Amino acid sequence: MSEHPHSSHYDAIVIGGGHNGLTAAAYLAKAGRKVLVLERRHVLGGAAVSEELYPGFTFSVCSYVVSLLRPHIIRELELARHGLEIIPLEASFLPLPNGDSLTRWSDPERTRREVARFSRHDSERLPEFSLAMTKLCWLAKRIIDEPAPDPASLAPRELLKLLRLGRTMKDDPTDLRWLNFKLLTMSAVDFLDLWFESDVLKAPMSVSGIIGTFLGVRSPGTAYVLLHHYMGEIDGAFRAWGFSKGGTGGISLAIANAARAHGAEILEQSGVERVLVHGGKANGVVLENGDTVRASTVISSVDPNRTFLRLVGEEHLEDEFAAQIRRYRLRGSSGKVNLALDRLPEFSCRPGDGPHLHGDIAIAPSIDYLERAYDEAKYGDFSERPYINVVIPSLVDPTVAPPGKHVMSCFVQYAPYDIKEGPEHWPERREAFGDAVVDTLAEYIPGLRESILYRQVLTPWDLEQEFGLTEGNIFHGELSLDQLLFLRPAAGWARYRTPIEGLWVCGSGTHPGGGIMGAPGELAAKTMLQSRAL
Amino acid sequence: MPVPTPFHPRTSGLCGSLLWKEWSGYYAVRSYDTCHEREYYALRHAAGLIDVSPLFKADLYGPDAAALLSLVTVRNLRKLRVGRVTYLCWCDDDGKVVDDGTVTRIGEQHYRLTGNGPLCGWLARYSDGFDVNVEDTSDAYGALALQGPLARAILVAAAGPEIEQLRFFRGRESAIGGIPVLITRTGYTGDLGYEIWVERDRAVEVWDRVMGAGRPYRIQPAGLDAMDVTRIEAGFVLCGVDYFPAHHCMLDSRKSSPYEIGLGWAVNLDREPFVGQRALREEVARGAVWELVGIEYDWDEYEALHAEYGLPPQVTSGAWRDAVPLYDTRGRQIGQATSGAWSPLLKKNLALATVRTGHAAPGTRVRVEVTVEYERRNVGATVVKTPFFDPARKKA
Ligand SMILES: Cc1cc2nc3c(=O)[nH]c(=O)nc-3n(C[C@H](O)[C@H](O)[C@H](O)COP(=O)(O)OP(=O)(O)OC[C@H]3O[C@@H](n4cnc5c(N)ncnc54)[C@H](O)[C@@H]3O)c2cc1C
Repeated sequence: MSEHPHSSHYDAIVIGGGHNGLTAAAYLAKAGRKVLVLERRHVLGGAAVSEELYPGFTFSVCSYVVSLLRPHIIRELELARHGLEIIPLEASFLPLPNGDSLTRWSDPERTRREVARFSRHDSERLPEFSLAMTKLCWLAKRIIDEPAPDPASLAPRELLKLLRLGRTMKDDPTDLRWLNFKLLTMSAVDFLDLWFESDVLKAPMSVSGIIGTFLGVRSPGTAYVLLHHYMGEIDGAFRAWGFSKGGTGGISLAIANAARAHGAEILEQSGVERVLVHGGKANGVVLENGDTVRASTVISSVDPNRTFLRLVGEEHLEDEFAAQIRRYRLRGSSGKVNLALDRLPEFSCRPGDGPHLHGDIAIAPSIDYLERAYDEAKYGDFSERPYINVVIPSLVDPTVAPPGKHVMSCFVQYAPYDIKEGPEHWPERREAFGDAVVDTLAEYIPGLRESILYRQVLTPWDLEQEFGLTEGNIFHGELSLDQLLFLRPAAGWARYRTPIEGLWVCGSGTHPGGGIMGAPGELAAKTMLQSRAL
Repeated sequence: MPVPTPFHPRTSGLCGSLLWKEWSGYYAVRSYDTCHEREYYALRHAAGLIDVSPLFKADLYGPDAAALLSLVTVRNLRKLRVGRVTYLCWCDDDGKVVDDGTVTRIGEQHYRLTGNGPLCGWLARYSDGFDVNVEDTSDAYGALALQGPLARAILVAAAGPEIEQLRFFRGRESAIGGIPVLITRTGYTGDLGYEIWVERDRAVEVWDRVMGAGRPYRIQPAGLDAMDVTRIEAGFVLCGVDYFPAHHCMLDSRKSSPYEIGLGWAVNLDREPFVGQRALREEVARGAVWELVGIEYDWDEYEALHAEYGLPPQVTSGAWRDAVPLYDTRGRQIGQATSGAWSPLLKKNLALATVRTGHAAPGTRVRVEVTVEYERRNVGATVVKTPFFDPARKKA
């Protein structure tokens, strides 16, 4: 059953109630525009969603930690007042198969002592690495907090912007500039090799470079993805990740509350079947239930492939543009396993409760392990022994599970969308994939299987079918150089505008890309308001 | 040398950071970890347990207890019913604040007053002719503040289901593990929370019971650093920081009336005589000179200011309390910010400030001094209503 819109006139319709669509809606509503958000699912949030899948246990079904969410959005939309609360992660814990473990803490001295057990050299290099990354992130921040510069434009404003970017880079020490260019093209492992020697340290650090991409830690280009995951900040501290209270859906709901407070109308269970295009102009949408809603502006927050090839249709696009969108790489490579546990997982290498569990836990014992996991994926299989990023948010946010019980969220790579049987055969392999994940974890947590009350396995196929993420790509498209900045989603169309007049895009498939950032939604809305598009 | 509180046997074992401070002559934990962050988040997301035993306490017994308290403090306590708590302050003859605290009516003729400084000597100045017995119970009781959104669930588990019914600013005698306690729904964090008052000899047992009940709810022992950030978010003034006890001030200009520290609402002016009444009447007629306000720094300007020096914006991790000057937009000094903190929850730089009344309206633009790279600069800020953070659960 879907609801019907309350009004017949809207300044803009937003397709998709993920956090970016909601952010765009909130900014437009705040500026006095009449906005309608249409979400296909029964809950808001898209990939930033919380659901009580098992009585008493609330899961961050897809995304599970947050850092990239722009702090100025939190302030401008007053998200704290609307319910947003973020709790920083305290540690990164790496259990090792030999019974040892490495924990990186927010306390740098403690981390230095831990790392020194594996390499004194690395332990002393860490602060230099952190400093270099902080500088890089600060540079990058100036790029992600603004619409992508347009290198092809001769407009004075654009030239100025490029110049300014060039100038800020020139001001920085040369080694940093050099580093920045290197970073864009290197592999995550090569990049880390510039600093560190210990595999035990490099392996868990390198995985930031493969999240959401169908590449291995030794593949060129992954160093950029690493930076993308470092760019987040909490309270001015870069590289800080946190839990959202009540799961990552809490973020989406806070944004939705802000949007509603400014007068936006938001409807769930209202999937859009297609965008109405007449004479090259968008003028409304048709819902899956057959309803038509008109508006001279339509903003899509779903991925570029879905927006253009399905909701609009190639018949309305020029060949060159359609070809670019077809070439846009999605190829999802990750899955998710969510577990409800009747007790705290007991790691054999470091038993008991403790702050080492109050953060993320990586199953990434060595670089070779990660590369082997990728090898299997290359040939169309999920990894038997995958990289897993585990969090147990109930340890710091006890509201997500009954007292003494826990939720365990496992982000898994690799699970290629294109398995060799064909993606539509994923449902038959779903539980085998879930078993591989639980078996891998059980090597470190011997009692895990017995403590599982409920298990949800999400394959890339499920991410596509249920969450509308084409090919299961968690970022609405890979974060590779040829798909970033002024090339996201297509050359010449990186400013949220599209070749269809009145149709705009604002999801993770636009600059500055995926993750719970809010930036695409915010920048799209601000660009539209600035150009008086509505 | 400070002395231990009744909970010291437990807090000392947990305080791995060895970060202690002196609080009214007692050892008090600043933070159990090297950084108070985890304790702060526990206070806002789960629950924190804070040893607040160093608060001064006085128990008043007798038919005239209410009359004495009504004479000494700015509130008329004759109407306070059994089981109620009220927040108030008391003044000297010139209507300048001496201290602030709470009064709980525990029984028909039994009241407990708490404060930041010693109480009994001050009460004794006025108690002649009153049929009342004032007992200094500061050392007799240990006190715990259990604060945070899960405080109720924990206390229900520890003390029984009747806690469910205990409303904001109410108190009741209860028992935890058979040990008699007084529980009040009060606190200094501006959140859902309770304070537990227990005889010192049984204090450790109560600590253990509450911690035990709180474990499944991820309770954390919390220190004063974390509490300081929360009290600023809650907009609570701190005696000795945001105002100074009148009877200890060298300068008259340092003294404040209740109206000047945001406690005007607590004054019941038109009633039987009370200490400071005449002066307060005059002040109301004349209008106060100063007002306590909340301010929020302009983040963009703060960030831009740091960028001038090639720095990302720096936020302090804890609360600060060294006062800095405040200016109007034309550069004239209009007051001072006396304490402040970066609110990790609100993503804002907050401060409590005392300003000349003409600059106190919400929305007023001011400038506040900040130091960047050893240089004194200032950034824009806006006067806002306090509390900065006021969750519905506090009173729900
Ligand atoms: C498994 C997984 C783990 C992740 N982990 C993290 C993480 O830990 N941290 C992080 O920062 N990021 C993470 N990400 C990425 C991040 O969640 C996404 O990049 C981000 O949430 C995308 O937001 P969005 O608003 O751009 O798009 P989406 O969240 O995809 O929102 C699009 C919305 O449109 C709806 N929709 C689709 N089709 C239609 C239609 N036809 N009509 C109407 N509505 C429609 C969808 O249901 C959805 O609600 C993860 C993603 C996944 C999938």
